[in-house]
Amino acid sequence: MSQELPLFEVFIRGQHGMSHRHVGSLHAADESAAILAARDVYTRRNEGVSIWVVQAQHIAASSPSDKGPMFEPSESKIYRHPTFYDIPDEVGHM
Amino acid sequence: MTQDEALFQFLLRMGDSTLILGHRVSEWCGVAPVLEEDIALANTALDLIGQTQMWLGLAADIEGQGRDADQLAFLRDVWDFRNLLLTEMPNGDFGQTLMRQFLFDAWHSVQLGHLITSTDTRIAGIAAKASKEVAYHLERSAETVVALGDGSAESHKRMSQALEYLWPFANEMFVGDEVDAVLFKAGIAPDPASMRAEYDILVERVLDQATLTRPDKDFAHKGGKTGRQHTEHLGHLLATMQWLQRAYPNSKW
Repeated sequence: MSQELPLFEVFIRGQHGMSHRHVGSLHAADESAAILAARDVYTRRNEGVSIWVVQAQHIAASSPSDKGPMFEPSESKIYRHPTFYDIPDEVGHM
Repeated sequence: MTQDEALFQFLLRMGDSTLILGHRVSEWCGVAPVLEEDIALANTALDLIGQTQMWLGLAADIEGQGRDADQLAFLRDVWDFRNLLLTEMPNGDFGQTLMRQFLFDAWHSVQLGHLITSTDTRIAGIAAKASKEVAYHLERSAETVVALGDGSAESHKRMSQALEYLWPFANEMFVGDEVDAVLFKAGIAPDPASMRAEYDILVERVLDQATLTRPDKDFAHKGGKTGRQHTEHLGHLLATMQWLQRAYPNSKW
């Protein structure tokens, strides 16, 4: 597998989206080749107005085995959700 | 030769070149070295075939014989085709395909740049639409030529061989004839010979980056754009491309 080109993660900002969203990954020789490949693989149907790519190895990720200590403590802390306020009708959609 | 006769020939040259190259590139569909290149090549092929519909559609209008773009594409034989010889050359390996693409894209971008200012607004309109696609084709093929030319010893060798092999066919792009003279005089299309300097600057810059050397040969294989003598490869391509319409005339899908 040492012959394989490095893996890149691809993020696309959609026509109406505010932020770049992860859409998938691909192999490419370098950053500029990855952007061209991302254009061809992920924006064929007019999905995007901007592309980010980053080499997968540069993404630091949380470990699935740490799921318990990482995420479970917040499950019981319902007071962190802003559901205890009465929102006046005049405010409309938030 | 009337202006319309020249115009018809010119439109066939544009449309047949994009059609034949589009078909050639589509031959990689499903068998390219990596998935990313497979999709990219398929996109390029589809762009070229989309441009074919515009060029051959206009050609059929100018001809005024009741034919349409599909009939021109699928019901003519080798001697009626007016594509540049470069476009019918076999794919070879991936490097040869990309070298062919680069040599064509460079010419295509220069050609469309001139056609955008054509006195014929129909041609200027098609050129404006196609030039955005072609700018991308050129960026991609140039980048790949640099990556492979300035890559490993093996990829460099293959790109050098591809360049040597294809160069005499690329030279046909700058050989003008009566059709070109009539259209140049009317301000409809550029004089092919006058595009050489612009082309060489573009191509040499990329070849330089790719550590490849522009061949020092002016010899041109001719006969594609005039239809006088295609290579032996075109008949085989047409046999595949036209088979369904020939075997089942007028079928639609």
